[in-house]
Amino acid sequence: MVEEIVLLLLIVIAGTGGELCVARTMRAVGPAPDLRPATLLQIVFRVARIGWMWLGLSLMTIAFFSLLEMLSLENVSFVVPVTALSYGFGALGGKVFLREQVTGRRWAGVLLVCIGVGLVLMGKR
Amino acid sequence: MKTSASFPLNTYLLIVLMVILGPLGNVLLGKGMKRIGAATAWNPPEILHFLTQLSRSGLIWTGVACLMAFFAAYMLVLSWADYSYVQPASAMAYGMVAFLGHFLLGETVTPLRWAGVLIICAGVLVVGHTPPRTTEIK
Repeated sequence: MVEEIVLLLLIVIAGTGGELCVARTMRAVGPAPDLRPATLLQIVFRVARIGWMWLGLSLMTIAFFSLLEMLSLENVSFVVPVTALSYGFGALGGKVFLREQVTGRRWAGVLLVCIGVGLVLMGKR
Repeated sequence: MKTSASFPLNTYLLIVLMVILGPLGNVLLGKGMKRIGAATAWNPPEILHFLTQLSRSGLIWTGVACLMAFFAAYMLVLSWADYSYVQPASAMAYGMVAFLGHFLLGETVTPLRWAGVLIICAGVLVVGHTPPRTTEIK
């Protein structure tokens, strides 16, 4: 049980931290003007020169291997919904780290997601 | 500057891809990891053995490929929409994971867990009715 809690925390904290770093990178790169391969390749080269991207990838790698270990212990229909706990961290991180304006309605949606996660945890058997 | 009205189709298309590929990748990883089993210790030989087993699993590779495609779609959406909009919007995938876990892997999903997943999806719908971007693109 302790191992599962540690793995869950690693998935949520490292995963959310990694996604925030990636979001910050993409904010610096700017919007993709189109989806042509040449444009996408240019974006990849620009992204690779930004330090936040590498930090984000490192954190996401930690989260990924923690997820693999957790999936070997529990069912996927339990593990994946429980990781939605990251939504609370994500909205908070988006506001603090990326200075996004998170509206009241969006907070309400995030709260519902968290309540749903709570029920999934309670429904574990 | 792009406005939210200039990218709705691409946004929705990529979010649909995320909803399909993310859960499929996770289900394939779940099936692969159930076959491989948990790592029994965290010393270097055991970790090496664990990584070797991972690298020989077709299910793991297919799952990783799905997740990489998911990640590419996710990054593109993030380049024009708020993180706090995209992240909950992709939560629809949680319903898909429970569905696939139950019907493809035969996992037992209790009524309480289904209720939790439905509420997660309701949260996603609430978030979906907020503007995709609330901050200026510099």
